[in-house]
Amino acid sequence: MAPAAALGIVRHKVSSEDWIMRGILGAIALYLLVAIVLPLYALLSKGFQDKDGNFTGLDNFTEFFTTPALSQSVANSLTISSISTVIVVSLAFVYAYALTRSCMAFKSLFKGIALIPILMPSLLPAISLIFMFGKQGFLTFMLFGNEIYGPIGIVMGEVIYIFPHVLMIILISMSMSDGRLYEASQSLGAGPVRTFFTVTLPSIRYGLVSAGFVAFTLIITDFGVPKVVGGQYNVLATDVYKQVIGRQDFEMGAVVSMVLLVPAVIAFAADRIIQRKQVAILTARAVPYAPTPSPRFDAIMTAYCALVGIVIVGILSVAMFASLVKFWPYNLSLTLANYDFSLRDGGGGDSYFNSVKMASWTAVIGTCVIFTGAYLVEKSKGFLAGRAAMQFLVMMPMAVPGLSLGLAYIFFFNHPGNPLNFLYHTLPILVICTITHFYTVSHLTAITALKQIDNEFESVSASLKVPFYKTFWRVTVPICVPAILDISMYLFVNAMTTVSAVVFLYSPDTALASVAVLNMDDAGEQASAAAMGIMIVLTAGGARLLHAVLTRGLARRTQAWRKR
Amino acid sequence: MFTKLLKRLTTVAAGGLMVLGLAASGAFAKTDLLVYTAIEADELSMFKKAFEKDYPDINIKWVRDSTGIVTSKLMAEKANPKADIVWGLAATSLMMLGNEGYFQGYAPKGLKKLGKLYYDQANNPPQWVGQRAWIASVCFNTVEAGKYNLPLPTSWADLTKPVYKGHVIMPNPNSSGTGFLDVSSWLQLMGEDKGWKYMDGLHTNIARYTHSGSKPCKLAARGEIPIGISFAYRGAKSKNAGAPIEIIAPIEGIGWDLESFAIVKNTKNLKAARALADWSVTKKAMLIYNREYAVVAMPGIAKPVKNFPPGILSKMIKNDFAWAAKNRVRILNKWRDKYDAKSEPKKK
Repeated sequence: MAPAAALGIVRHKVSSEDWIMRGILGAIALYLLVAIVLPLYALLSKGFQDKDGNFTGLDNFTEFFTTPALSQSVANSLTISSISTVIVVSLAFVYAYALTRSCMAFKSLFKGIALIPILMPSLLPAISLIFMFGKQGFLTFMLFGNEIYGPIGIVMGEVIYIFPHVLMIILISMSMSDGRLYEASQSLGAGPVRTFFTVTLPSIRYGLVSAGFVAFTLIITDFGVPKVVGGQYNVLATDVYKQVIGRQDFEMGAVVSMVLLVPAVIAFAADRIIQRKQVAILTARAVPYAPTPSPRFDAIMTAYCALVGIVIVGILSVAMFASLVKFWPYNLSLTLANYDFSLRDGGGGDSYFNSVKMASWTAVIGTCVIFTGAYLVEKSKGFLAGRAAMQFLVMMPMAVPGLSLGLAYIFFFNHPGNPLNFLYHTLPILVICTITHFYTVSHLTAITALKQIDNEFESVSASLKVPFYKTFWRVTVPICVPAILDISMYLFVNAMTTVSAVVFLYSPDTALASVAVLNMDDAGEQASAAAMGIMIVLTAGGARLLHAVLTRGLARRTQAWRKR
Repeated sequence: MFTKLLKRLTTVAAGGLMVLGLAASGAFAKTDLLVYTAIEADELSMFKKAFEKDYPDINIKWVRDSTGIVTSKLMAEKANPKADIVWGLAATSLMMLGNEGYFQGYAPKGLKKLGKLYYDQANNPPQWVGQRAWIASVCFNTVEAGKYNLPLPTSWADLTKPVYKGHVIMPNPNSSGTGFLDVSSWLQLMGEDKGWKYMDGLHTNIARYTHSGSKPCKLAARGEIPIGISFAYRGAKSKNAGAPIEIIAPIEGIGWDLESFAIVKNTKNLKAARALADWSVTKKAMLIYNREYAVVAMPGIAKPVKNFPPGILSKMIKNDFAWAAKNRVRILNKWRDKYDAKSEPKKK
């Protein structure tokens, strides 16, 4: 419990408030315990059991590594993840370089275009690839006789899908560069190439490595792309699915998802260590870098960004066109028939509304829980052990792939002895799972915003005998409105597009749009799958627009104090 | 102590919720009937509507997936079955599950009007009752075939010819009932040794195996592949929609299976399950089955279906369901060991 010394210096009245804070913090910690720690424990223990629940030691793992069809996937996964990571980091690096180091026009347009893939379930770019590069694709000749079904398709799909995530990380680290170093380099007579290698690269090396790890983790745990265009090329993520849904072999599913956990945890830990090193780069005296116009360089950069932009917009347009075509490729007349989901696999039109409902609940409840939790971790006094435990708990979801989380939920919540069993197969469990899946990033966003607020606010209000919840509601929340909106938008968009965790948890009554895309593609209904994918993109895009409008409106009202 | 408290609290909460739920639905207590099925998604809402019109107090809830998936899902839930009734699943699968003691016998009203071949003769009352037959067929895209100069295949043997290398797709029998009836029919037609040898040859021509039985024909219809081994209903449906395909019934004979139903042993909704069983053997239901399928369980009803291959009925093999059910697991495991590396990276 909290050190007595810390309690001793607080006056009696405040201490009772402290207990309220600790109570709430404890409740949120309990939530995380139930939503991530216990399910993970259930998952891990399942890997060491046989079908009847007897402990069998490493038998399942022996089977995994001695069955070539299964263990081959490890090599496959590592291969495509490494190749895709190198490609996507290089592409995103040049793109970010263009956005920050050139004076090209339309910067915000290019930035906006680059973020489009975030609004898609990863299945959608893969479906588009088939329309472009499949046997009937209009670009198939570009593959020179190779097939899109297999590693080529997976790498292409992953690069497009991961691009915005990687770009954002690199952009942040690039925009933190110190302009004075460039001035110094120039006045010492270094050319642009030398400056690039001695100033630019060193200053963003941590950002690049971090981007690489994030990309690798996202790719190796993604299963939408390989599911659609993987052909005969098995990877770990699709194997988990194959074992659980296809063969109902939950034990082997647990084993594969534990194998999948290893690279994810390593990448996560490495990224944490690097982030800690990054802190000291920017000093208080740093001057933001301002690029100088250079017509030739700017033109090259514009051309490059336009090329990438065309690919991304192309992917979206092809999916949209395919969803509106009567019978690809033989009858290209336009129709809305593919948007009639009632006759298709995947739960019909209900699945779309279920998704919107689920995403809205996730955004509302998730934001409340996560922001409150972050506030208490950041602003409550004493109770060091509790806060440290909390800080550990909130980082866990980041290291757990969605498929592993979903499977863990089956084992934990569907256990007949679990008093929470009634949640299984309901909408609330999908909400809980999704909030947990995306908890870490939201929490870090909230912490960053809260760190900007001086702790004096709490001290002053305490000395004025204003209860902390009033300060929280009247001061903290209004100041943090932009961050709160960011968190809810992030949760909403991800809840709309996620497939991996929820694919194991939906029931006939709670089918989701993203899962419907998957099931329609499985049944060969690619046009309808594309149509449902477009519905998701439009909804997530709409949420983003609303977010932009709200941010602007509310920022004017609540953030005016920031301007002098 | 704490878990005890948690348990008590959640029990109270759950109780409260249930009371609320009962109060809300008390006036119009509709029975939710959980039906596991492998019938194609585009037909389900039609069946649901037709049945619920006759039985307005019952609400069908579908759990639909490919035959293999539904079968293994039922297997996995054996200790604590969730389904009330399995409806529209391959008779082979139902027999296999029946051998595990999964079902209870029931003779639906009007059973006598069905052909004897079409329901369980081993048990009285029968554990499973057939609804209609679905029949293997090959979808052949004439436009794509023209591009590669592929001749029209007329037999299963044709499909192993080198000219078709990489141009054939078939469903994975582990997930797809259509895939299984193909494999089972080849083994019955040619005998085990020759049957597996045939599949070795076919395997070298297969581009990839798909998860669902309808996907090969849908892919052929879209020109993603020239030849898709699928079933007649899917072929006819795609051809009606304007796909440039020929639907072929290979001359050696074609596999088929019965879409059938069986009531789960300890269902809590026995009355509703029996109502669906009774409805499923009526003439009205048979007429609906016949809209898309040429062979239904009640003799003298079926009319020819547009775009089914001519002479398809005479090519249906003499299918030994009992043999297929008994050997299903063995065949599927052997198939997986031999060919599965080529399967789509998805549900088996």
